Order: sequence, then C-alpha cells, then structure tokens
Amino acid sequence: MEDMKPEYIVGEYREYTLTYYDGTSRKVLVTDIETPYPDGKLIVSTTDLQGVITHANQAFVDMSGYSREELIGQPHYILRHPDMPKAAFQQMWETIQAGKTWRGYVKNLRKDGGYYLVYATVMPNFRDGKIVGYTSVRRKPSRRKMEAALAEYAKMRAQEEGA
Amino acid sequence: MTYQMTVSPDFPPQQVAAWYIFNTWLQKASGLSVHLEMYPDFSTQRAAIQEDKVDLIYANPYDAAMLVREKGFVALARPRGKADEAVIVARGDAPFANVEDLQPGLRLVATVDPAIYLLGMMMLEPAEIDEDHLRVIRVESYPAAAKRLLRGEADLAFFAKEAYENLSSLTREQLKVLVDSQIGDLFHAFLVGPRLHDRAEALRTLLLDMENTPKGRDVLDNLGFGGWEPVSLEEAEFMINLIEALK
Repeated sequence: MEDMKPEYIVGEYREYTLTYYDGTSRKVLVTDIETPYPDGKLIVSTTDLQGVITHANQAFVDMSGYSREELIGQPHYILRHPDMPKAAFQQMWETIQAGKTWRGYVKNLRKDGGYYLVYATVMPNFRDGKIVGYTSVRRKPSRRKMEAALAEYAKMRAQEEGA
Repeated sequence: MTYQMTVSPDFPPQQVAAWYIFNTWLQKASGLSVHLEMYPDFSTQRAAIQEDKVDLIYANPYDAAMLVREKGFVALARPRGKADEAVIVARGDAPFANVEDLQPGLRLVATVDPAIYLLGMMMLEPAEIDEDHLRVIRVESYPAAAKRLLRGEADLAFFAKEAYENLSSLTREQLKVLVDSQIGDLFHAFLVGPRLHDRAEALRTLLLDMENTPKGRDVLDNLGFGGWEPVSLEEAEFMINLIEALK
C-alpha cells in the first residue's frame, strides 16, 4: 500500500512506519485531530477472507476521508492507527477465523491523519457453512469505555515495543 | 393448494385494507391461491412462522433475518426508497437535549417492533444505558407511545421514523427528537418460503412489473409504495449481518 501523503494531511503531523501482518509496511502521518462519531450512524464494510475491502457504506466513506473507490480493493488495515496494539487485531483475526463474532473498541486513522473512535463488531459471513468473508459494523462508543480501552491499548503497545 | 401470506404487525392500521387489495391483485396476477392472515401481534405471527404456516410475508428487517437464516425464506423485493430508521423522542420540556445527557432510571415507552427496538437500544449505548438501566413500558402502537410521553408517564420513546412523522403536527410540537438513525441499509422486504421457491423468480418479476400497469399502480398507491426494487442475496445477507451485529 502507498505511504500516506503530506498534501492530504490537515495540521501538524508525526510520522510512523507500520508493519502489517502480511509483512508489508507503510509510512503513516498522524495528527491529534478527532472527527467525532456522528449520532445514529453505523459504519459498515465487508471484506474478503484476506481482509480486502469489498463493500463500504457512505458513513465509512465520510468518516474515513477516503472515497469509495480508494477504499474498495484495499486491505482493511488502511485504517490502522499506530496507537492500536498489534495484539488487538491478532485476537480479532483469531476470533473471526474461528467463526465467532469479535467486539471491541478501535481507534481508526483517517486519510487526513486525524482519527475517529468506534465500537466495532466484526463477524464472519457464512455461505453453505463456509466463511466467505467478514462484515464489520462500527457504532458510536461510550466515551468512558473508549477511554478505558485506549489506556489498555497504550499499555499493550508499550509491552509490544519493549519486547 | 392455498398458500398463506402475512404482514409484519408493525404496519400502520390504515394499511390493513391495502394489504387485502394487494392479496387480491397477487392472486389474480400469479394464479396462486393465497389466504391473507393478519396476525394481531408479533408473538402469534412468530408462532405461525415456527409452525411453518406462512409462505409469503412482508417482513420487518429483524424478522426477515430470522426467516432467511432459520426458515429458508428468500427475499424477493423491497419498497423502493424506503429504509427502516428509528428515532428517540422525549417531551419538549424534558431536561435533556441529547443521548449523552441521559441517566439510568428513565422510563422508556416502546412498541414490540423488534427492529426499531434494536436500533433504539443501539443509539442509547453512548450513554451506557441498556435494558438494565431502564423501565420499559410496552405499548401496542406509536400513537399510544406518544400519549404516554405527553402524559408524563414515560421519559423517552422509540419510534419508527415514519410513524413519528405520521403523528399530528400538534403532537410533534410537544415532543423533541434526541437522536435519529441514519443507516439506510435496513428495510422491510417481501419474502417467500420454501414451498414457493420454484415460483420465487416469477413472483419477483410480477412485483417489479407491478408499477407498469394501472391496476398494479393503484395497489401500490394504497400501500404508499412507489414500486418494488429487487433484493439480491448479497443485500439480504448484508442486512442479516447488520441485524446480527446489533443484537
């Protein structure tokens, strides 16, 4: 995946290099600007078995800052924020690949370097008893629970970086 | 053989006659013998579904998910441009302006409409309010929910957006919307059961063509539908996943 481009970033940014589970890496540019999650909306996307986005609804487009064309065909980790620990996603993948539903709080990275906070439900899609892809539904999180999750993630990341 | 059709009990009362007219049209157009059974509530309708009595149904998204997953129903079509959305409403003079101002212990009035209830509870999550933090009062209809609010017998109400908009302007002036859903991917749909699988495509074609004949258009007007649009297997699966995620 392409590195994030400074011309799309709004405000002062920091630079990180993220390495994903498939061994690829990408330079991401991050600001501290939050886009508040709108009331009453759901962000919905589907992916194939490899986590490549196959469907994105309008709320996903609006909140991520990417166009639908930019999202479809990209790995879902295009939204990965450097504040999220790898272990959280590893656990998510283990859960959904086992055919179960995963729920958790996630900080997502926008195209403009800002972020948005969600409560996510990710579930496998079955067809004739086989997993054919995954659906992710994100909704507005409770502020208190989100902050508790972010504190936990910060600890997990410190451990990951120290390891 | 006579097939049984039914309609999700969340329909507005003024549409009862329109569904009987629809059934007359359907029988003529398809050559099938169809008996329309209007169940008074969700529990008797669910019992009939469990006993495999129902062959055709205009179902809300919650029940459509169950019918496809558990009962082998196929979604044929949905009313064009109509999506199921929920609103959370309070009295105009209530001391809160949005969901995050809400505190546990409130009295919630809701109908038994399962999709609207699910959406309503989802919209209360940011305030960390769930069923354990509410006293839920069940009523039969949305006008009854509005009455409870106006009389001060409840603090909040869940409405189907369409039902809220159908309240009189006098009633709405005394209420306020705290939050409304903007999901767009949940909808009522017309489904057929396993005994009609071999006729599913023919029935879908009839529904889609309905707006092209004067008689069909009249029937649609009575139902308040502009026409039907097809529901693909992917769309149905997508809606089912959404409902599952919200449960």
